[in-house]
Amino acid sequence: MSLASTGTTSAREGLLAHARHIVTENPVTGLAFGLFALFVLTALIGHLIVPIDPLVSDTAAALQPPSARHWFGTDQLGRDIFARVVVATRLDMVIAISSVALVFFAGGLAGLAAGYFGGWTDRIIGRICDTIMAFPLFVLAMGIVAALGNTVTNIVIATAIINFPLYARVARAEANIRREAGFVQAARLCGNSEIRILLTQVAPNILPIMMVQVSLTMGYAILNAAGLSFIGLGVRPPTPEWGIMVAEGASFIVSGEWWIAFFPGVTLMLAVFCFNLLGDGLRDLVDPQRRL
Amino acid sequence: MNIHAGADHMQPPLLDVHDLTVEFSTRRGMVRAVEKVNLTLAKGETLGIVGESGSGKSVTSYTVMRILDRAGRIAEGSITFGGVDVGNAPEAQVRTLRGREMSMIFQNPRAALNPIRKVGKQIEDVLIEHVQAQPSNAREKAIEVLQAVRIARPEERYHAYPFELSGGMCQRIVIALALACRPQLLIADEPTTGLDVTTQKAVMDLVVELARERNMATILITHDLGLAAAYCDRVMVMEKGRVVETATAEAIFRAPQHAYTRKLMRATPRGGITLRDLLPEEVAAEMAPLTTAKPLAGGPSLLVVENLIKEYPRPSTGSGLARLFGAKVAPPEPFRAVDGISFSLARGESLGLVGESGCGKSTTSMMLMRLLDPTSGRIIFNGEDLANISAKTFARSPWRSRIQMVFQDPTDSLNPRFTAARSIADPLMRLGEPMASAALRARVEELATLVGLPVSLLDRFPHQLSGGQKARVGIARAIALDPELVVLDEPTAALDVSVQAVVLNLLQDLKQRLGMSYIFVSHDLEVVRMLCDRVIVMRSGRIVEEGQTEAVMASPKADYTRELLSSIPHPPA
Amino acid sequence: MLKQIAGRLATALPSLVGVVIVTFLLTRVLPGDAAAYFAGPAATPEAVAQIRAQLGLDQPLIVQFLAYVKDLATGNLGTSLTTGQPVLDDIRARLPASAELTLLGLLISVAVAVPLGVLAAVRQGSWIDHLCRVVATAGVSLPVFFTGLLLVYVFYFKLGWAPAPLGRLDFFYSAPPTLTGFYLVDSLAAGEFELFRAAWSQIWLPAVTLAIFSLAPITRMTRASMLSVLAADFVRTARASGLKPSKVVMGYAFRNALLPVITTLGMVFSFLLGANVLVEKVFAWPGIGSYAIEALITSDFAPVQGFVLAMAVLYVLLNLAIDILYGLVDPRVRLDA
Repeated sequence: MSLASTGTTSAREGLLAHARHIVTENPVTGLAFGLFALFVLTALIGHLIVPIDPLVSDTAAALQPPSARHWFGTDQLGRDIFARVVVATRLDMVIAISSVALVFFAGGLAGLAAGYFGGWTDRIIGRICDTIMAFPLFVLAMGIVAALGNTVTNIVIATAIINFPLYARVARAEANIRREAGFVQAARLCGNSEIRILLTQVAPNILPIMMVQVSLTMGYAILNAAGLSFIGLGVRPPTPEWGIMVAEGASFIVSGEWWIAFFPGVTLMLAVFCFNLLGDGLRDLVDPQRRL
Repeated sequence: MNIHAGADHMQPPLLDVHDLTVEFSTRRGMVRAVEKVNLTLAKGETLGIVGESGSGKSVTSYTVMRILDRAGRIAEGSITFGGVDVGNAPEAQVRTLRGREMSMIFQNPRAALNPIRKVGKQIEDVLIEHVQAQPSNAREKAIEVLQAVRIARPEERYHAYPFELSGGMCQRIVIALALACRPQLLIADEPTTGLDVTTQKAVMDLVVELARERNMATILITHDLGLAAAYCDRVMVMEKGRVVETATAEAIFRAPQHAYTRKLMRATPRGGITLRDLLPEEVAAEMAPLTTAKPLAGGPSLLVVENLIKEYPRPSTGSGLARLFGAKVAPPEPFRAVDGISFSLARGESLGLVGESGCGKSTTSMMLMRLLDPTSGRIIFNGEDLANISAKTFARSPWRSRIQMVFQDPTDSLNPRFTAARSIADPLMRLGEPMASAALRARVEELATLVGLPVSLLDRFPHQLSGGQKARVGIARAIALDPELVVLDEPTAALDVSVQAVVLNLLQDLKQRLGMSYIFVSHDLEVVRMLCDRVIVMRSGRIVEEGQTEAVMASPKADYTRELLSSIPHPPA
Repeated sequence: MLKQIAGRLATALPSLVGVVIVTFLLTRVLPGDAAAYFAGPAATPEAVAQIRAQLGLDQPLIVQFLAYVKDLATGNLGTSLTTGQPVLDDIRARLPASAELTLLGLLISVAVAVPLGVLAAVRQGSWIDHLCRVVATAGVSLPVFFTGLLLVYVFYFKLGWAPAPLGRLDFFYSAPPTLTGFYLVDSLAAGEFELFRAAWSQIWLPAVTLAIFSLAPITRMTRASMLSVLAADFVRTARASGLKPSKVVMGYAFRNALLPVITTLGMVFSFLLGANVLVEKVFAWPGIGSYAIEALITSDFAPVQGFVLAMAVLYVLLNLAIDILYGLVDPRVRLDA
């Protein structure tokens, strides 16, 4: 019948072999891991290695196209765009990672409880999710930042809130199908309390799927934060941040000074691309459908 | 019925498969799913292909129809059907054969139908495709086809969607679809798996009757040797992609030639044998004979169930808007999954709980396990009414360790992230006496040995164990605390017959050694007969018959029990 | 059928209630003095006090909420400080511009994404499948405002195929007589083909920007659901019955595969309405998105709140339409209703 049963999977190396297989079969995933490492490194030590201060303006050298001195050119104030793009990495990463970490715990736990306990917990959390989902998400983020105040912290909070339903729903669905699974019933027979079952039996089995969700939403979180700063929310000039840099370069596009918006835009795109590829790679790793 | 292959020597066979080898490209390179298979089939003949999972029986039939998926290809050999070289003919030509000259029916009939198209329309599609009807008269013809498969009120059923029909009814529709164009060959791929025994019999009888009526050749693919022998002229046994034996149905049962056939045949539950007879002779010979010590009659009962009821509310019917505007909708009558059952169980006794799906046997077992609260009734265990303790708090009750369970699906019932040892240790850690880790390990190893699980496998994860090994882990976990009562919920339903034979014997031996009582929930009367002292037959939440197993099987009192018994396929003795 | 639509409407009500509560809460969590916020940065203390009384901010929360609901029911969303007009009028005037752009973007996107997804699934592993995967992954990674700018650079500055990104119509032209508010439709209705061409030349670039953005999720979902349906048992049955490949793929598989795609449209709309704001800024499109951005920059909260509310109501209605559409395709849902 199914071919899967003819092959024998052996030992833990099955997973490792599978990971290796995915990286080798799909070199793109390997590339994504490399790119990810580069971004993390830049975020950590980027400000130490840039040759030019990203905040210093030099009006004499304004609006210069890319050159040997200014790799990515200069902006309208003569600031070095390369230095600004590199230094901006940290802020963009911090926003994305902290908002995703926040929603991972809040949304994950809420969804876990909703799916496992059902009843009122489920109804309340479901209603909260529905209400958030009733808004176009970016629009809601705009509203939240406008109401809470125009700061980076509030961008993190808004991004976490709009991602809440995604996490809560995934965790809920996964917890719900495991609620009556044989191994959970068996754990009840073994005298485990419900909380214990939730934390030791259900949660660890959901973790891989949640990690995929993290990696997939990380890209979306970066996009969201950059979008908000593009329309003038959150980050204020002269702080370097990719979204606001694209916004600053936008008015120069029509007159042909493409580099001001181009380089931060491409970097932003690469970062999101990298996270999305990682997410796909992780999903292949976790999805038993693809594990033959 | 012609008994022998190609009885009509003047004509070439309808289907001739010669040296067929099928390969699949997988990550691990090419895998041979079928190797050097030969078979011939004459008009009007019925051939059974029998094998356990992975034997290549389905792949063979898919190749004949040429509906293998992309990864599979014919590496060697030829398939000739009605003079057409199916293996090499252009796709367009094979397509005109499919559905018109050769058809197929599948297991899981509901999924085999397009969920969002009326069943009548689906039949029309096939009729029109093969020019058996024009759009103008297609409806009429489709209704005729529905009539031919004995569907009552065909005009009404024509408009039904698959989700509105029962599993048995869906299988009739699939048969109608397959036979609409009166093909010469019908391939039935596990057509009754997942259906209840009574439905199974109705479906098989229909297929055989239609085949005889139309002089149609039939290939029945099944894992059930008994079913194949009961309905087929010839039986072909496959193992690991190869044919091990082909013979008439009688010969296979009377004098199986190949060792694998013998093993498979012995493992098939049937009348007049004991559990030991299911095992290969050499294995059975080494084991201690079954003791026939009957449980003490008249002794104090271990478990007494009185008037147990479980109700579920039905979904309310009125629309949301109607309720919103205060329309009064009478709450519907609750659905009674278990409707007032009473029975008792003596110490050391094993009791079978038998019935078809939806009869309430699983709900009953969940209540006895105290995983589900009954609506009313008493569950008196060792003199204490356990129904008073809610399912939520029962995990911490001292009674918890006294009642344990073996689950239906060994894969689903093991935490994929726990090793076998960790799973077996779980009840000991939670409910047992506190013990040092070395002592715990020793106890786990002792249990593993008891259930015949090699100690070397204890550190493996479930996905690294075979179905039989996982079943053993589940059993070891259930007996870890020396429970007095173990509920076995179809413990072998997901296993191949040869593994089932081993597990059933293990369960029987453990019961004798450890003095436990069993409640064995099953749909399979033959298995219950071998394992249980007494049996309860359930239907629609009620007990229809109860008594000593031998007596019930020999002279059933209730009509329903009689129907169940007559539905079991009887291979030629 | 009508009963079903009524049933769906009932399910949309809680969402609307939720939306109203959240927008109300957003006005109350304003840091500092909400009255000062509403009055704008240049207001005198007297003006702030007056606005406080006017807004009823000295009342208990529930009274404030009821007043808020009453205002909404009467269409009073406050007045924009920037334009001096009632917010409702501003939004009503600008909504068609946003709607036209979003719908055209979606149309282009569906027209490309669905066939691409189907082809990729049918020819799994072919070049079109690889193209589809690249589109799907690259598409979701593109910041929509950046794509817009790139397109402007290429098609306006370099190639000159598109006019300057400055709104719905070149200033030579005046808007067609209002019928639907969609210039493309209205100009055709009025028989002014020259005007249609002018409106088209302005809208195609932002619409393509939005389309590129929403291409990815639709393609991805179409491909995935088509793949899973093609592997389903009933497709095997159809093939085993000798149905033509075209009938199997289009008649049997595609219709079933559409169901998850329709569900995804809800999510796509959510993204599109958000992306719309950014695209409007890039192309100086006079829709409600750019209206909200202007208000945000000047800390003029009433228009922002009105905008969030309008978008949410629009989105709830779109989801309702998707639900009804789903019910038309899937007989199983009809009975549940």
